[in-house]
Amino acid sequence: MAKITYIEHNGAEHVLDVKAGLSVMEGAVKSNIPGIDADCGGACACATCHVYVDPAWADKTGTPTAMEESMLDFAENVEPNSRLSCQIKVTDELDGLIVRMPESQH
Amino acid sequence: MNKNDAGVIIVGAGHAGGTAAALLRQFGYERPIILIGEEPIAPYQRPPLSKAWLKGETDAETLMLKPATFYAEAGVELRTGVQVVSLSPPDKTLTLASGETLAYETLILATGARPRALTIPGAALSGVLVLRSAADAEALKASLGPGKRLAVIGGGYIGLEASASARALGAEAVVIEREPRILARVANETLSTFFTNYHRARGVDFVLSASVAAFEGEAGKVAGVRLASGELIACDAALVGIGAIPNMELAQAAGLDCADGIIVDEAAQTSDPAIYAIGDVTWRHLAHYGRPFRLESVANALEQARQAACAITGRPPPAAEVTWNWSDQYDLKYQFAGLPFDVDDVVLRGDPASGKFAIFHLAGDRIQAVEAVNAPAEFMAGRQLIARRAAVSRSRLADTAISMKEVAA
Repeated sequence: MAKITYIEHNGAEHVLDVKAGLSVMEGAVKSNIPGIDADCGGACACATCHVYVDPAWADKTGTPTAMEESMLDFAENVEPNSRLSCQIKVTDELDGLIVRMPESQH
Repeated sequence: MNKNDAGVIIVGAGHAGGTAAALLRQFGYERPIILIGEEPIAPYQRPPLSKAWLKGETDAETLMLKPATFYAEAGVELRTGVQVVSLSPPDKTLTLASGETLAYETLILATGARPRALTIPGAALSGVLVLRSAADAEALKASLGPGKRLAVIGGGYIGLEASASARALGAEAVVIEREPRILARVANETLSTFFTNYHRARGVDFVLSASVAAFEGEAGKVAGVRLASGELIACDAALVGIGAIPNMELAQAAGLDCADGIIVDEAAQTSDPAIYAIGDVTWRHLAHYGRPFRLESVANALEQARQAACAITGRPPPAAEVTWNWSDQYDLKYQFAGLPFDVDDVVLRGDPASGKFAIFHLAGDRIQAVEAVNAPAEFMAGRQLIARRAAVSRSRLADTAISMKEVAA
């Protein structure tokens, strides 16, 4: 279990307990948090679960695969800390993680 | 029933219906929402049924669109295992199989599509399967494993994904296709050849240009597929994957305008302003291609769920999307965007032999569609170029030394 803070583009914060083994995307979608669409359900096929990982957590969330990098390359408003949240697996290590959502996923 | 309590009723608790309910709450809709589904379970994701779920890589809980507790918490009255038998648009009511009548202020039809049936002798034998629902997938999974042989009727995405999953589970698979090539309706010939070879190398057999005459069985259970040529393909189960037809009978009987699907506009509204329709059941105008079409995809279901939820809550309409979809087979990620209408040329980028390539379908100097195998940049860039209706250079598109970022710039 990890406590994850999801911050919408408008500043609204949602703090959720997310089970280890789920992805950061699944944590948000299962609680119906706005801002992460995840149209493909986590297949790394659509880039609609784009988040900005709080820089303090960059190391613990790991590095994106080549597939994820390629998808991110074409997402809107990409920053160095951009990730596809379906590709970040939740572990107990991520307790306290903060991610911010972009203005739009489409 | 007190009509003042009427809110949104959603008929069909699949990907589209479930998402519409969730989005209405996300968008601040506060009136009652009733979500009615014929299946016995809450909304779930269908794509994994032929892929990760079938291979046992994901569990039933992961399939669910939302956790079981979500509906009560969000104030969505989920009624599963319930059939709607008729609509009465003038009264804004619908009737359930139980005889109960429910009143709506706004109705969303998300009734989906059903597998096209193969009406040949033996079709009722046990072991003749389709793949649409979780129950279908359970039945298919139960018939796969070492020593088993699956015959797949129809070389489309469902059939190919199921074949790949069958191989992963140690079963044999043979695909029987009426056309001279698989994916004939939906993909470019280079792709058909690529997928055929990829599957063959992993032990899948193909019988092409073959029509199926009958299923033959022993003791009520399928044991083989008889071809029109007389040949018998032995099998332990047969999966029929020859397309889907829209579940639009309720709408037709209620007098809503229908074509090959319920006709909707760009806000997912039907010919009755109080009734929306979303997902596989709709026949929608595609502004980008200047024609109506029936799309069957999760992306379409979600886009129309957004359109309807925005319209109902008075939000500005979401930006129009270029249709897209994906298929996972073995270690291949196939992604495609757009539709190959009015195409006069195709450009191949990359070498199919490398297992990473893309095919761009062009009308003049504009991309109408892109098909990408293990080539996410080509898919993403292609999708954006289609949306922008950008003029492209064929030679730059074909030149892998120029990155897709540069091509799309």
